Amino acid sequence: MKSKITLFLGLYLIWCFLNWMPDWQHLLVGVLVAGLVTIVTGDLFVSNIHVLHHLRRVWYFLIYYMPVFVWECIKANLDVAYRVLHPMLPIRPGIVKIKTNLKTDTALTFLANSITLTPGTMSVDIDRDKGVLYIHWIHVETTDCEKATKIVAAHFEKILAKIFEEDV
Amino acid sequence: MNNTIGLIFVGIGIAFNLFGCIGLVRLPDVYNRLQAATKCVTLGTCSILFGTFLVMGFTAAGIKSILCMWFLLLASPTAAHAIARGAHRAGVKLCQESVADQYAEDKEGEA
Repeated sequence: MKSKITLFLGLYLIWCFLNWMPDWQHLLVGVLVAGLVTIVTGDLFVSNIHVLHHLRRVWYFLIYYMPVFVWECIKANLDVAYRVLHPMLPIRPGIVKIKTNLKTDTALTFLANSITLTPGTMSVDIDRDKGVLYIHWIHVETTDCEKATKIVAAHFEKILAKIFEEDV
Repeated sequence: MNNTIGLIFVGIGIAFNLFGCIGLVRLPDVYNRLQAATKCVTLGTCSILFGTFLVMGFTAAGIKSILCMWFLLLASPTAAHAIARGAHRAGVKLCQESVADQYAEDKEGEA
């Protein structure tokens, strides 16, 4: 029930933004639409709702995750621009394996998305039972699992564990 | 003032989109091309949208462009992941220069 209410509020907020400036007709239709979507999709989307109840986690997300993410994203773009414009195309592609300790769906999704948008790496597949991610790396520095984990995922993993995992 | 900064952001975005497209043409195989496409095009388009927001301010168009940024940041890496995984499962080989493919090694037994 809690997750349904959260979903409803989120949908309603998005609706309000989509229909800026809000007047009472828009708001009324928004209630109907958001309610309908909530009934239909139910518990599909928001599963570990406890995250939103801790202000500390939201805070971590905004203060630690977002700046790191944006910075890495810009670095990734400069990196790709450099490789693409270089006349020799300095690439050394390959798919390597890295380990992760994260368990929850949301955390893994954010980790995979972060990896895709950070320099030189893109997540190809994920194996949740073994805690393994397969990464396509445009310039492979090491094929060793441990070292690759340290280079690619370590700093994001620490931050995401603080935000999304149950018992930190 | 906001107008000028907004236009600078739009210009940066267009430049990155251009790099992404050059990468799409120059890089060898599906996976490398996806890298260029997702990274550059995501940040490039986000930058254009943010520039639009700065120019338009808190109007209908400005708010929508901020929303689009959020959706794009969530959707584009996911789509890249889906395409890469699908391509690998369908048997698309990595290019000649590749040094490792541990995914194929691990999946050989299961298939």
